Amino acid sequence: MSGDQEQHELEPDLLAEREELIDVERELEAQGPSAGAVRAAEALTGVAPEPGVAKPDPILSADGVVREFGGLTAVDVDHLEVQRGTITALIGPNGAGKSTFFNLVSGFDTPTRGSWSFNGTDISRMAAHKIARLGMVRTFQLTKALMRLTTLENVMLGATGQSGESLWRAPLRFLWSDQERSNQKRADVLLERFRLSHMRDEFAGTMSGGQRKLLEMARALMVEPDLVMLDEPMAGVNPALTQSLLGHIQTLRDEGVTIILVEHDMDVIMSISDWVVCFAEGRVIAEGRPDDIRRDKAVIDAYLGARRSLTQEDDK
Amino acid sequence: MDLLSILSNSLRGAFGPEAAIYALAAVGLNLHFGYTGLLNFGQVGFMLVGAYGTAVPVVAWGLPLWVGILIGIACAIALALLLGVPTLRLRGDYLAIATIAAAEVLRYIYRSEWAEPLTGGVFGITQFANDFYDFNPFSGPFVVGPFNFSANALWVMTVGWGGTLLACGLVALLIHSPWGRVLRSVREDEQAARSLGKNIFSYKMQSLILGGVLGALAGSLMAINTQALTPDVFMPILTFYLWTIMILGGASRIMGPVLGAIVFWFLLTFLDSLLRQAIGTGVIPSGWLESSDVGAIRFAFVGLGLMLLMMFRPAGLLGKQKELRLDVR
Ligand SMILES: Nc1ncnc2c1ncn2[C@@H]1O[C@H](COP(=O)(O)OP(=O)(O)OP(=O)(O)O)[C@@H](O)[C@H]1O
Ligand SMILES: [Mg+2]
Repeated sequence: MSGDQEQHELEPDLLAEREELIDVERELEAQGPSAGAVRAAEALTGVAPEPGVAKPDPILSADGVVREFGGLTAVDVDHLEVQRGTITALIGPNGAGKSTFFNLVSGFDTPTRGSWSFNGTDISRMAAHKIARLGMVRTFQLTKALMRLTTLENVMLGATGQSGESLWRAPLRFLWSDQERSNQKRADVLLERFRLSHMRDEFAGTMSGGQRKLLEMARALMVEPDLVMLDEPMAGVNPALTQSLLGHIQTLRDEGVTIILVEHDMDVIMSISDWVVCFAEGRVIAEGRPDDIRRDKAVIDAYLGARRSLTQEDDK
Repeated sequence: MDLLSILSNSLRGAFGPEAAIYALAAVGLNLHFGYTGLLNFGQVGFMLVGAYGTAVPVVAWGLPLWVGILIGIACAIALALLLGVPTLRLRGDYLAIATIAAAEVLRYIYRSEWAEPLTGGVFGITQFANDFYDFNPFSGPFVVGPFNFSANALWVMTVGWGGTLLACGLVALLIHSPWGRVLRSVREDEQAARSLGKNIFSYKMQSLILGGVLGALAGSLMAINTQALTPDVFMPILTFYLWTIMILGGASRIMGPVLGAIVFWFLLTFLDSLLRQAIGTGVIPSGWLESSDVGAIRFAFVGLGLMLLMMFRPAGLLGKQKELRLDVR
């Protein structure tokens, strides 16, 4: 890495921060698997690594979900269940239909056909904002920072059940100022967690791409969801921060939140996910524990096959 | 040339009843565009239903004026629902098209022969606001130095500017509340707001209604001010004056529309007086410009002023210029 050569020129506090992160990482490694990871592994023991397999306690369950764009079938999922309290990774080549699947189940796109349920409730024709209120929140692959709101306002927007959001109560500050204050405290904690406190009162539009990724995640957590769907949360985030993000994701899982994660970095996936689902051309071609997936023939064909043909082209 | 009289004319224009009326309507538009991002190109339609809602019940059915004003408000709410329900779920440009068309269609309906028994058709209706002037606390005209307002104009100004400031206060309270935060988030990115559980359709509807009602109140006052109402006052160009005012003062600033209206009317009357005097005293030789051209020429100058403003202060007089640079990634 070229960054290493410049390391001696880095600010001392940046170096300190980095060392601190390395310490955190070591500590995590030393502790071994966390309570949540153990719980997730136990829940998933005995679940066969095959596409569409049933889980003991699914939080999300999709049936026959199909989305066609003209002639192209972007998503065609026969059956998929996501186990509660796990980190489930969605992987697959570009254009495999991962984001489209996210859009469908979160209510941001309408399927050609199919149905799915969240916590046992059929939500397949529900409006997106109602799905979010039920406790299923998603982030976007292309971040959607609310540019002319401050970072703090961005996060505070995520709080649910705000009484000041009704037109009649809005002008009467005393009716909602207490709730606003406690929301603000919670938002500040989240900003601190994602190292965005220094941006607190700046417009979110002044943030870098990576910071916007962090902001989106903080905002989603403000909703206090049962299920978070993160579309490539680590894309464009620097390696040190990626480590701490992974830490946060694991902590969330340990607190009982279910996480579905789209990610391309195989090292990341293998290190944190409890279950991996592989998409290709809209279908679920494989699912299983990370170790199952590593050896799966279909996955190797879909991923490594593509990589091999790419390197061949590079050689020419 | 008499500079003092030019200046006093301009100041009268800047703070006169018309400026107050335009300011109030622009506060509504600012709620739509400045805070919610709604493209309303038919604010004049809300003014029209407000004005006729006020006048028709008085003239046609002999109801008191205050009932008329309430009916004007009800008409604005109905219009907002009519425009919003089909378009607010769609992309922003559909509302723009619907509003611009609806305002024109309404003007044609109100001036049609079919509506003549109520609206007086193209001839309009007069003398419906006597109730309002009965309450006038001012007994004589107001004369201080070059300023000179009739008692009635003073009364309309008091109510107009008072109402505008109240509206600004209400908007300020709303915008700095969690409700306003949702509204501004809808302006920035609807999908993001929706992903956090906000019913964006409902918020856009609320904004459309509230801003529309402010437009209707401005329309009521406009009718009351002249005591004469004809449909052709409500030409589409009026909406674009309101946009000019909002952008001039600074969109998404509470006091932007107020300052915008004052500056707009100052410039308009200033140019009018200046050009007329210049022609009258021969500073501009006759043959170059007739006094009948002045009405049009002054708008050309306002347009030029707006262009210069956009070059040097693109966010408007009160706008945070910094906000405009945010879109650059
Ligand atoms: N709105 C749309 N109109 C037409 N085709 C679309 C649309 N959205 C997605 N697609 C197509 O659907 C397929 C799946 O796209 P999707 O964005 O879900 O892929 P992805 O798995 O998220 O890929 P990546 O890893 O690159 O983000 C692609 O072939 C894409 O071209
Ligand atoms: Mg994607």
